[in-house]
Order: sequence, then C-alpha cells, then structure tokens
Amino acid sequence: MLTALILLPTAVAALLMCVPRTAPRSVFLTVWVATAAAELALTLAVWAGYRPDGGMQYETQVTWIPSAGVSYHIGVDGLSLPLMAMTSLLFLACAVYALRETRRVREFAALFLFLQTTCLGLFAALDLILFFVFFDLSIVAMYFIIASWGHAGAHRAALKFFLYTFLGSLALLLGFIGLYLAADPHTFDIVELTGTNPLAGRSLYGALVLLAIGVGLAVKTPTVPFHTWLPPAHTEAPTIGSVVLAGVLLKMGTYGFLRIAMPVLPGAWTEYALVFVVVGVVSVLYGALVAMAQTDFKRMIAYTSVNHMGYILLAIGAAAAVGTGEQARRLAVTGAVFQMVSHGLLTGALFLLSGVLYARGRTYEMAAYSGVADRAPVFAAATGLAAFASLGLPGFSGFIAEFQILAGSLGPRPVATGLALLGILITAALLVRAMQQIFLGPTRLPALAPGAAGPFPDLRPHESAAVLPLLALGIVLGLMPRFVLDIIEPASHQVLDLLAR
Amino acid sequence: MNGMNENPLDLLPEALLAASAVIGLLLGAWLPRHRQWMTGALAAAACTAGIAAAAVAAAGPDTTAFGESFSVDPVTGAGRIIILAGTLLVLALAVGPLHAHPRETEFYVLLQLAALGALMLAGAQDLLLLAAGYLLASVPAYTLAGFRKDAAGTEAALKYYVVGAALGVVMLGGITVLLAAGRATMYPILRAELPMASAALVTTGTIALVAGVLFKAGGVPAHFWVPDTVQGSTAPVAAFLTTVPKIGALVALYRLAAVPLADTAIPWPGLVAVLSAASMTLGNLAAFFQRDVKRLLAYSTISQVGYLLMPVAVVGATGLDQRALLFYLAAYTVTNIGAFAVVCALPDAHTIEDYRGLARERLVLIASLVVCLLGLVGTPPTAVFLGKLQVFSAAFDGGYAWLAVLAAVNTVASLFYYLRWIAPTVSPRTHRHAATGPRTAAGVACVTATASLALGVLAEPVLEVLATPLMP
Repeated sequence: MLTALILLPTAVAALLMCVPRTAPRSVFLTVWVATAAAELALTLAVWAGYRPDGGMQYETQVTWIPSAGVSYHIGVDGLSLPLMAMTSLLFLACAVYALRETRRVREFAALFLFLQTTCLGLFAALDLILFFVFFDLSIVAMYFIIASWGHAGAHRAALKFFLYTFLGSLALLLGFIGLYLAADPHTFDIVELTGTNPLAGRSLYGALVLLAIGVGLAVKTPTVPFHTWLPPAHTEAPTIGSVVLAGVLLKMGTYGFLRIAMPVLPGAWTEYALVFVVVGVVSVLYGALVAMAQTDFKRMIAYTSVNHMGYILLAIGAAAAVGTGEQARRLAVTGAVFQMVSHGLLTGALFLLSGVLYARGRTYEMAAYSGVADRAPVFAAATGLAAFASLGLPGFSGFIAEFQILAGSLGPRPVATGLALLGILITAALLVRAMQQIFLGPTRLPALAPGAAGPFPDLRPHESAAVLPLLALGIVLGLMPRFVLDIIEPASHQVLDLLAR
Repeated sequence: MNGMNENPLDLLPEALLAASAVIGLLLGAWLPRHRQWMTGALAAAACTAGIAAAAVAAAGPDTTAFGESFSVDPVTGAGRIIILAGTLLVLALAVGPLHAHPRETEFYVLLQLAALGALMLAGAQDLLLLAAGYLLASVPAYTLAGFRKDAAGTEAALKYYVVGAALGVVMLGGITVLLAAGRATMYPILRAELPMASAALVTTGTIALVAGVLFKAGGVPAHFWVPDTVQGSTAPVAAFLTTVPKIGALVALYRLAAVPLADTAIPWPGLVAVLSAASMTLGNLAAFFQRDVKRLLAYSTISQVGYLLMPVAVVGATGLDQRALLFYLAAYTVTNIGAFAVVCALPDAHTIEDYRGLARERLVLIASLVVCLLGLVGTPPTAVFLGKLQVFSAAFDGGYAWLAVLAAVNTVASLFYYLRWIAPTVSPRTHRHAATGPRTAAGVACVTATASLALGVLAEPVLEVLATPLMP
C-alpha cells in the first residue's frame, strides 16, 4: 500500500510522457489533479488504518543490494505520517492551482508527479540509501522546475540551489557511510542502526558523523549560515515550485534530524545539542530580522521560513537536555513535528497567495501595491488569515506549534527560549506591516506589464480551491489539534527514549 | 613455471579479438567499399563471443596463461567483460559515420587491436607483458586519434603520440629498474623479492612504471594529452580513448598494488591517494569553464580517474576495494560512452550553447544526456552513484577519510560544469538546429542511459560476482 502510494505519481508521470505533446492541455492537467487527489485519498486510507499507539507500521522490506547493506525498507510512524499527509495535500493544492498553467504542461505535470514520489518516499524511507536516493532526486526534480519554469533569474538561482543542497547531500552521504562502516555487520538500515546504536562510546567518530549529517541536513533545512541558497531559489521559482520547496523540501532537513540524527547518534546528539540550540536561535532571530528588511513579498516569506525552521531546531536541541523535565522535552519534540506540518500548510498558502499577487501585478515589490483590499477582499482576507496564522496567533495551527516548542524548551534552555520569543514579535511586526502596505490605504496598482491580467480581479475559483483548504486545515488544527497530536506524541516519546540511552 | 604449452582456450577472448582483427584486415582488402561494414560486424561478433567466453572463464577456476604471465581470475574476467562491452558500444557509435568510408576496415581493425592491448593490460601478471600491452593499446590508438587526417586530428594524434612515446620509454626504464631490484618480471616472484630489495630502486622503478600506466589511464600528471586528443579526434574515437584503455590501465594498476608492491616499503597508498586527489581536483577545475562539449568531457574523464584511483590507494586495507573499483569501472564505462553517444548523435553541436533548447526537439536524446551527465556526477539511482558509494566506503574503511571528503567536495564542484551543459538544453530555443546525426548513436545513448539506471537499481548480482577475491 505504501509502495503504491509512493510510486503511483511516477508511474502516472511516465504515462504522461508517452502521450504526445500535441494532446489538449486539459488532458495533462486533469490527469495531474486526479492523481494528486488519488494520492491524498490513499494517504487518508493509510491514516485511517494507522493505530495511534505508535511504532512503525505498514512496513515493507525487500532486499535490494544486500552486499552493499542496502534494502528497500519503508514504513510510517507518528513522525512521518503527518508529514506525508501534509505533502499529499500540498501537492493537490499545487495541481489545482496550476490548472491555468500554459507553458509545457506535460513536462510540468510529469516533473511535479515525480517530485511527489521523491517527497513521499523520503518521509517513508527506513534505509539511509533509500532516504538519500529520494533526497537527491527531489533536488534534481526541483532544479528542473526552477530552471525551466522560473522567473528571469531562474538559471542562476537553480544552479545555486542545486550546488548548495547537493553539497549538503554529499556531506550527508559521508555521514551515512560513517554509520554504515561503524555498524557490524555493515548496514544502511535505519531501524537496525537505531536499535544497535553503533557509535556508542566512540565520541570522536560520533562527533564527526554528526557533523557530516548535521551539515547536510542544516543546508536543506536551511539554518543560518547555510540559508543563502533559499531566498533566490524561492524568489525565482514558479509559484507552486516555491510552495513545494518551502512546504515539503525544507521539512526533509528537520525530519532527518528527528529520524536519523537523534535516534542513531544519541550520545553525540546530547553532547552537542547546545550547538543546535544556538543555531536554532540565531536562525530564528536572523531570519526574522532579514525578513523585516525585505521589500519583496515573496522573499520576505522565504526568510520567515528560516525563522520558522529555527524554532524546530531550538526544540530538538532543547529536547536533548537530559535530566530536565521529561514532560517538557516531549512537548518540545511534539511541537517540532507539529510545526513542520503547520508551517507546510501556512507557508504553502502564503506562497500561493504571493503567486496570485504576481499574476495580477507582475511584481512582488510590496511598495508597488496599496489598498488592494478594496479590489480583492477575498484575496486580502485569505492573505490576512495566512499571515496571522503564520505568526502564531491563537486559534491557528502555528500557535499550537510555537506554544509547544517554547513551553517545552523554556525549562531546559531558558535563555535561548527567551531570545527566540523575540522572533515571534519581529515576525508579527513584519507580517502586519506587509499586510498594511499591500492591502490598506489608497488603491494603487503597479503599471501593467505586457501579459498581466488587467485590473486586479479577486481570487479565481481554481486559486481559492487551492488556497482555502490549506487555511481551513490550519484553523482546524489550531482549534482541534488532538487528532494529529495523538499520532505525534507516541513517536516523540519514542525519540526521547532512544535519546536517553 | 610449467612451460608455454598451456591451454590456448584460457586466452579465448583475446584470441578471438586478435583473429577477427587479422581476418578483418584480409577481408577488407578485397571487399567492395559499401560492403566493408562486414568487418565491423565481424568485430562485433568477436566482442560478443569474447564477452561470453570471458563470462564462462570467470565462472571457472582461477588460472594463468602464457607461462604464468597472464592471469585469468575474477578481476581479469570483469575487466575483459567491461572492455569488450565498451568496445562493442564504440563499434555501434562508429557504424553510421564510417559507413562506406575509404578506410572503414582499417578503423575497425585498429579499434580491435587497441582493445586487445587494453585486455592484455588488464590481465598482465608480468611486467614485460604489461609493456607489450601498453604498446599494443597505444600504437593503434595514436592512429585512431588522427584518423580524420585533418589539422585537429593530426594535432591530436601528435600530442597523444609524443606523450605516449615519452612515457612508454620511462615505463620501460622503470621495468628495467624493477627487474634489477627484484631479479624477475613475474608478479608473484616480485612480491617475494621486492621487499628485500633496495627501497630506492623499488621506488624509482615503481614511479617510472606508474607514469606509463597513468598515461593510459589519463590521470594526473600524465593527462596532458587528454583534452587536445579528445577534442581533435572524432567523437566515437574520443569515446573509445577516454574509456577502454582506462579500464585496462586501472585494472593493471590495481593488480600492481595488490601483488608485486603489496609488501614493499614504498608509501604506495599515500602516493596513489595524492595522485587521485590531484586528478579529481585538476580535472574538475579545468573543466569549469569549458565551452566545447568534447573538451568538457575530456576533463571530466580526468576527474573520474581520480575517483577510480581511490580504491587502488586502499588495496588490502579494506575488503571493499576490488568490488568498488570494478563496479565503478563498469558504471563509468556505460555512462561515459553514453555521454559521448549523445555527442555523436548531434554532430553539429560542438559547444554547450549549441544544445540550447534541444530538450523540446529531442526529448529522449536529451533525457539520455541528462541521465548520463547526472550519472557522471553520481546522482542516485544511477550506477556511478553506487560506484561512488563503494569507493567512498572503501576509502573511509581504508583510513583515507580525507580523500573521501575531498572526493565529495569535488563531486559538488563537478556538478557545476555538468549543469552548465544541462541547463541550456531546457532553456527556450534561440536558433534552429541543423541536421541530426546517425540514428544508431541516438540508440546507443538511450541504451546506455537505461543501462546506467538499470545497473544502479539492479546492482546486486553484479556486485556479488565482483566480490570474489583476487588470486593470491
């Protein structure tokens, strides 16, 4: 079932490539949306069959390259299931949003379907090499999406994105090889490595492996100082490319910390957790401050991602402070996972809305707009909702996530958490300021570039259909988070048990 | 030693290739020009039969031939299969452009002789046979490089010849010195004798010997011929020169490290590690701003030799070296020939700019190119990724973690120039493209790209076979 869920989009993509390019555009788009919807349905079926008492479920293990210690091993638990559900939903939103796409639709749809396979596969992978395969293929697919469908400076941005994240992936690979050689017998299996804790008592080796894995994941996350690839990639990517990049691809980094770095290297992690706390807090503050300085709406949202990812790092770093309240640390890890889901939904929505803005005015410059709320009240309301949810107002998923992270981290790391709180303040300020600039005041729209969509129309049906469900879920998760938290909590408990070895 | 009257069937793949070269030469003398393709078909048949024979021999017990100077063991077996398969692919690339060429037969014969030289290099277990293999692999290749008889081809051949001749002499000098030191040229005897010989003699001899082998491999510091020769010769020849002799040379180097030099006091691993680091780094840096695709691929092959030298540096220090080298060689052969096949299929596209927008017109061909180039980078799930995984693991396990780290950094650097080639293919088109090349080349590109993926995904049986240990 899980294999079908992972491979279906690629199979459909391969079929699409066999259909001649001259076929009507709607064929490709309909198949794309239908597949994304089927994927969401499959994910929900997996969710429905999942017992919330924790542990790995839907496991499949097939020997692949036994002489190199590699197997096709997948499964889901409370860490991966919420992320997979979020991934399926975001990809469906992207497909719906792209219904009006006209440029090389066949290749566009095929690439996105392929990208969906790599994202779902990564969250389900229980083998380091399988994880790495999906990790790298997601970079390749995203490269082509940015380079072929992006804005003017896309080639440079795509190259930068590829070089940075590929460097990260190779650091990751070296770390994986380090783990492989440390295990006896040599294996890349995450479950086995987690069980045997191969680097226990080898502190230098463990530190080096953690360094390699940490750098690899930090580039992908991205945290300061490895974040410089992110703003250009986001700014130049096509709208739904940014959505997937921010919503899903960034989570690969933080998910890797929870899935690999913490459980497999508990000794090294607890020893160096302070580094992650510091990097997390710096990312929170730096991301927020730089976001504040942006005049470009999309770039600003991109920098808030650095800020939001910083909270996750703070939480998982704080969770390593063994000896402090178990309850608090569990809260922090749960909050980190919840933040990944919440950030995926809300940033996804924000990027879709920035795409709407660009489609109308052909620019992301906030100064070019004013008083848009008069012309497009629904658009303004949706953006406002997304912004408030993103800055963590109570009643939205972002609040639950940030509250858990900060409450959980306060005990073990009071100073760092205190500093991180300032980040919320800054984000709130910058988002409210952006809202004010674009939506309030006298109506002023950018001079229309050729090809722009005329006077500012409100959200079109396909745009609403893509954005509103994400926001609705953000509110549902903010009001009734239990059904997700029930799944995450056993898993975060388990991560902490593994860490305490 | 049990005399020279051994079972000639031990050398069946080599004999088949030699026989088909000779028969081809005679055949070509009286065949009309438009029927000369038959010599090519004969060569292909010989390669195919050779692969089958090598597979059978590899499954059998280890043995030696030619009075113990040629070893028939799993390493030779794998080397033979990779060399012959590579030659077969190059033959397919040559079919189109050479059809009814005035010197069609000569081309096939030279190609087979050079491949035969590579086969001898791979199996040689005696320094003199190694020298003979070197000459056999080199002399026909010099001619092939200048086959087109134009200015660029002449320059290519001349550069190749001058460097090759000079390093060949150095290599013979090295063999003489090693003979003086070890009083034999046979590897098993040298293994026993060299540790007791003067360290200075052994070191001098080894360095001179390695210089020659590195020339065939195209590794730093014997790499000067590579860019000019590859750019100057025709695309099928370039594909051959950057692949087939390399396989023979690297297997020879591996065998040298594993047998005669294994117990000597020379800091062999350090030496090879430095050569490896230099090859990958210089190759990559030089490739950065190349605009000519053949030249870019030439520098890329120099950097690939660097990765291939990693397992050679850790011979004996880890159980992973042999499998890593042989698998990487197979993966590299398929992928590199695939990239050259795309170059053959687009004879009018010389610079990366000429590939602009081609993805829309030749989707399958460009997809093959992307797979091959990303394969050369080592993106999963292609074969070279698995090869890199193995050589990195081998280097780590053998205590050369810094080399693995350097190789990883180099991989990222290499990405830059491969992407400079990939990026224009998906850009909007700026000018119309001229004629397309031979269909067979496009077919080869597609087949090799598929094979590269298949070898990466279905690697298990191959890896298992390659892990059989080398004859002591």
